[in-house]
Amino acid sequence: MPGKFDIHVLFNHWDRFAEGFIHTIEASVLALIGSFVLGVIIAVMRISPIRVLNVIGTVYVEFIRNIPLLLVVFFFFLGIPSLGLPLDGFTSGTLGLMVYTASFIAEAIRAGIQSVPAGQTEAARATGLSYIQTMLHIVLPQAIKIVLPAIGNQFINLVKNSSILAVVTGMDLMYYADLINSDTFLPLTVYTIVAVFYLVLTLPLSFAVHYMERRFRSADR
Amino acid sequence: MDFIGAYSLPNVKFLLEGFLVTIEVAVLSIVFSFVLGTVLGTLRYAKIPVLSRIVAAIVDIIRNLPLLLIIFFMYIVLPQLGIKMSPFWATVVGLTLFEGAMISEIVRGGLNSVDRGQIEAARSSGLSYMQTLRHIILPQALRRMVPPLVSQFISLLKDTSLAVIISLPELMHNVQILQGHSPNYVIPALIFAAALYFIVNYILSIIARRLEAKTL
Repeated sequence: MPGKFDIHVLFNHWDRFAEGFIHTIEASVLALIGSFVLGVIIAVMRISPIRVLNVIGTVYVEFIRNIPLLLVVFFFFLGIPSLGLPLDGFTSGTLGLMVYTASFIAEAIRAGIQSVPAGQTEAARATGLSYIQTMLHIVLPQAIKIVLPAIGNQFINLVKNSSILAVVTGMDLMYYADLINSDTFLPLTVYTIVAVFYLVLTLPLSFAVHYMERRFRSADR
Repeated sequence: MDFIGAYSLPNVKFLLEGFLVTIEVAVLSIVFSFVLGTVLGTLRYAKIPVLSRIVAAIVDIIRNLPLLLIIFFMYIVLPQLGIKMSPFWATVVGLTLFEGAMISEIVRGGLNSVDRGQIEAARSSGLSYMQTLRHIILPQALRRMVPPLVSQFISLLKDTSLAVIISLPELMHNVQILQGHSPNYVIPALIFAAALYFIVNYILSIIARRLEAKTL
């Protein structure tokens, strides 16, 4: 009966569940690292006094934030290959996640840096600290209060959004779920198990983010 | 890349038809998820014994699942339990549940942002609980909720594209079909689709920023 729950599916198809789960984690972590690096670069461009960099950073953020993740992923999965450079599903999915998430991380970092009053930078510079020292010892430790929970939230989104890999045969959890479902014809069981796999990752992360947000907020008082 | 071939009249019409489906799904889901989110958010805010806890658990589970999984669940799993829906309605219901859970947190945050002292003052000046809610809490909470609500609606419009997985003929699905006609069409088609999403979402985000500036 397709509507019934049969836990044996988990044990009988453990290999494929595990492989999908690992690919989901891999894609999320790789995209997090990539989007953090890209996000820092774009955030620096957006606050830099050089006008050209400023415009490029702003256009990147505004454009990418307002189009669907799937469109970015399709650009890598369908667009780039049409120019003669084939990319597999996992690679194009992860690149898409990275480019997309970078725009959100860039905004979080910019907001964090700008949350530190300019007077503090001026005071630090006046006491003789260099620009790098000011950033490292004065601005960044304070900015982290805003940036860290925001990046935590983006990581949760990455784990959830990595399911987009299934659309481009990216070998992730959702992709393998589809294969297991066509073997067993037990969709309720398969997709409930998949849901639990995702929650195992996302629920602890969201509790951690909540905790951070509360800690930082009470530290402000 | 073949821009001229890709932007032939039938192709452009085909993409615009897809975008119409996208907009239909988005508008219906925005209305439904706003209603659902307001109900769930208020229930969680009201701290009714047991009920508020159950609502909180359901909301937290839904918010932490991939939307793709939820849409898939609506379309693949529910029919096995006797509930059959077309791809269109499976998408609308899936989006409504997921975005409704997101919106409930915005609503709860907005309600929580109203100072307790104001509620006490209103109650002690003789207003009933419902009057306090309607004249004191909601007008202030709503104003604070508008900017995050608009960004949630932008997310929702983008998220409609996930319906490709159940072959709903929306914009991204139609881009994929054009790619099937000729790989040379795909980049022009993606650019066209990006422009459509961008225009609508950018207008929404400008509205959100205006409202934000007004409330602060």
